[in-house]
Amino acid sequence: MSLRTFSTGGIHPKSNKLTASGAIEPARLPSQAVFPLSQHIGAPAVPCVSKGDRVRVGTQIAKADGPMSASVHSSVSGTVSKIDSIVDASGLRRPAVFIDVEGDEWEPSIDRSDNLVINVTMSNEKIIERIRECGIVGMGGACFPTHVKLCPPQECRIDTLIVNAVECEPYLTADHRLILEYPDQIIVGVRILMKTLGVERAVIGIEENKPDAIELLRTKTQMVSGIEVMPLAMKYPQGGEKQLIEAVTGRRVPPPPALPAHVGCVVQNVGTVFAIYEAVVKNKPLIERVVTVTGEGVSRPCNLKVRMGTPVGQLIEQAGGMPENTAKIVSGGPMMGRPLLGTDVPVVKGTSGILLLSEKTAARKEERNCIRCAKCVSVCPMGLEPYKLATAAELGRWEVARESWVMSCIECGCCQSTCPSHRPLLDWIRLSKKKK
Amino acid sequence: MMSQNLFISTSPHIHCGDSVERNMHLVILALVPALAASVLLFGIGALIVTATSVASCLLFEWLISKWLLKRERCTIGDGSAIITGILLAFNLPSNIPLFQIVMGSLFAIGVGKMVFGGLGNNPFNPALVGRVFMLISFPSRMTSWPVPHQMLAYTDAVTAATPLGLVGYQNDSLPSYMDMFLGNTGGSLGETCALALLIGFVILLAFRVITWHIPVTIMLTVAVLTGAMWLVNPEVYADPLTHLLSGGLMLGSIFMATDYVTSPMTRKGMVWYGIGIGFLTVVIRLFGSYPEGMSFAILIMNAIVPLINNWCRPKHFGEVVK
Repeated sequence: MSLRTFSTGGIHPKSNKLTASGAIEPARLPSQAVFPLSQHIGAPAVPCVSKGDRVRVGTQIAKADGPMSASVHSSVSGTVSKIDSIVDASGLRRPAVFIDVEGDEWEPSIDRSDNLVINVTMSNEKIIERIRECGIVGMGGACFPTHVKLCPPQECRIDTLIVNAVECEPYLTADHRLILEYPDQIIVGVRILMKTLGVERAVIGIEENKPDAIELLRTKTQMVSGIEVMPLAMKYPQGGEKQLIEAVTGRRVPPPPALPAHVGCVVQNVGTVFAIYEAVVKNKPLIERVVTVTGEGVSRPCNLKVRMGTPVGQLIEQAGGMPENTAKIVSGGPMMGRPLLGTDVPVVKGTSGILLLSEKTAARKEERNCIRCAKCVSVCPMGLEPYKLATAAELGRWEVARESWVMSCIECGCCQSTCPSHRPLLDWIRLSKKKK
Repeated sequence: MMSQNLFISTSPHIHCGDSVERNMHLVILALVPALAASVLLFGIGALIVTATSVASCLLFEWLISKWLLKRERCTIGDGSAIITGILLAFNLPSNIPLFQIVMGSLFAIGVGKMVFGGLGNNPFNPALVGRVFMLISFPSRMTSWPVPHQMLAYTDAVTAATPLGLVGYQNDSLPSYMDMFLGNTGGSLGETCALALLIGFVILLAFRVITWHIPVTIMLTVAVLTGAMWLVNPEVYADPLTHLLSGGLMLGSIFMATDYVTSPMTRKGMVWYGIGIGFLTVVIRLFGSYPEGMSFAILIMNAIVPLINNWCRPKHFGEVVK
C-alpha cells in the first residue's frame, strides 16, 4: 500500500537527521537569560516585572497584549537586571527582559513530578484559559498563539484534530525525540485537545522515516479510541499546515483568508501538544523546549532540552563548539529557518533547532538568467509560478504578483532550493508579499 | 558577539546542487549516442560539420558577449552554445561547405539567441533559427542528402533522396523500417538513427532533465494523424511508422522541442505544445511544399509558448473547493 502525501509539488532534500538516535539531554542553565517580548505573531507582550524584581522559574514576566498575543514566563530564577532590547532571530532589535540567574527555584504551583495524569476533568473553558495563561504558542516555528486556534470561528464545524509530527525539515529531530521519550504525555495531550475541540477523530501525521516513533505511537494508541497514527510518504513541505491537511484528509484549504477550520481541521504541532499536556496537567508554563543542535562538522550534534532565553552560543558549546568552517548559524531548519546575526541570540518558543552551515553551503552561487526549465513551477506546493512572481517583483509589477496569488506563498523555499540558475526567487516573492 | 563573519541570507539555506551547466552537460551526454551514430553512418563529413558548427557557435557567443555586449562574464562555459552547435550540425547534410556552417552558426547564436540577451531570453530555438536561415539562404545544398557509408567523403559525397522525399512518388523504394530505425538512410547527419536518439531520450528521462510530455505527445499526435490519412489512402500517404522513423521527427521531438527556454512551463501546456507541433508537422509533411515540417512546426509553436503559458496556468492550491 502506498502511503499518503500531498498532491501538488514538493521536493526530497537530503534528510541529514544526524541526531535521530540521540536522547534528549538537559542543557546547562545560562548565567543570564533573555526573554524577547515578541515570541509569537501578535502584539508584543507587556512586561509586568521591573528591574531588581526577584523571579522564580515559571513566574510571569510579561502579559499578553490583546487576543493574538501570548504571555512570557521566566524559565530561570534570579533577578531582573534590565528591560532593554536585543537582536533576536528575526534580525531586528526588539524589547526583551534580561534576568541574571541565581539558583533554580521553581514556582510552587508547578507540579514537577513525573506522574502521568491520564484523566483530565477540567472544563473546556478552563483548559483554554490555562493554555492562554501558560503562553503556549505553535512550536513548529510559526508561533501562532494556541488558544486562538482552539476557539475556531462559530460557523466552522471541526471534525478532525491533526497532530503535526511530520518534521519534514532536514536535520531537525526535536519532535522525533519528543515522541520517543514522552509518548504517553503526548497522547494525553491529544485527548485534552480532542475534548476541548469536541472532535471524535485525531490523526497523528508522521513521515515514514521515523519507523520507531510510528511503532511506539501505534502501540500506545491501540487502546485509545479515535486516535489514528498515519505514516506519510516523505516529501517536503509536508509539515506545512495546508499540505498536511491535504495529505491526511484529502481536503484543500481555500486561499487566504480561509483557515484550516473552514475545512473542519485544527492542526497542532506535536511539541505544542506536549506543552499543552504540561500546562493543563502540571500547570507548567512554556518555559523549556527541545532544540536540535546540529550541522556540518558539528562534533557532537545533540537534542537538548533548553530553558527559554538561553543564548544559542551556549548550546553550540554543549554540542562540541563551533566548527572552524562555520559560516552561517540558522535558527530552525535549513529550508525555512532564520539566519542569526550572532551567538547571543536567545532560544525562544519557536526555536526548533540550531543549525551550523559551512561556507560551501552557506554562500549563494552566482545568479544566472532564468532558463525557463519550469522546475520551480513543478515543485511549488501551492501551485504558483515562482519564476513569474520573481520576475514581476524584479520589475516592480506588484499588481501582477498579487494577481498571480503571491499571498498564497508559504515560503517553503522549494523553488529557490531547486532553481538551477540560483535565482533568489523567494527573496523576490517575500518582497512582493510586503508590498501592498 | 561573534568574532568571525557570518553569512546572513534568508531561507532556504540549502540548494539541491542543480545548475545550468549540469543540465546542459547532461543534454550533451544524451546527444553523444546520436553523434557516434552520425560518424558511423556519414563518416568524416559528420565530424567536420559538427566540429565546425560547435567551434563557430562558441566563437560567436564569445565575440558577441565580449565585443558587442561588453559583458564582464562570458556565458560560453554554460554549455548551451555547444548544444546549439551540435543540434545545428545534426540538422545539416554531412557534405555542406564550411562557410555555410559558419554563416548558420552566426545566425543561430547572434540572431537566435544573443540579440535577446542570451540564454533564457530567446523566444525561438537558436539551432532551428540557424537551420531555417540556411534552408532559405542555401536551398540546394540544404536539400540534397548524402547516401550513408561514404566514410571518407565530405563535400564530394554522393547524394540521394530522403525517405520523406520519396513518399507519394516512389512508395515502393522506401527503405525498410529496420534501416530507418538504425539510420541507414539519407538525411541530415544527426536525424537518421532513431535508435541513438531514443537512447538519448532515455538518458534525458533518467537524469530528469526533461519529462516525457513533449516528445511523447508529438509522436502520438503524428502517429494518430498520419495513421488516419494512411487508412484513407495508403497509395498517397505513408504509414505512421514511416513518419515516426523518418525526417527530423525523433531529433526534433526529443531534443529541439524540449528546449527549456522555448517550451511551456506546465505539464498541461507541454501537452498542448506537443499536440500543436505534431499537428503542424503532419500538415506541412502531407500538404506543404517541403517534405519535412518539423523545424517550422517547432518554431511556430515556440512563438505561441507565451500564450500557452497564460492559458495553462498551474492549478492554484485550494482554487477548486468542493
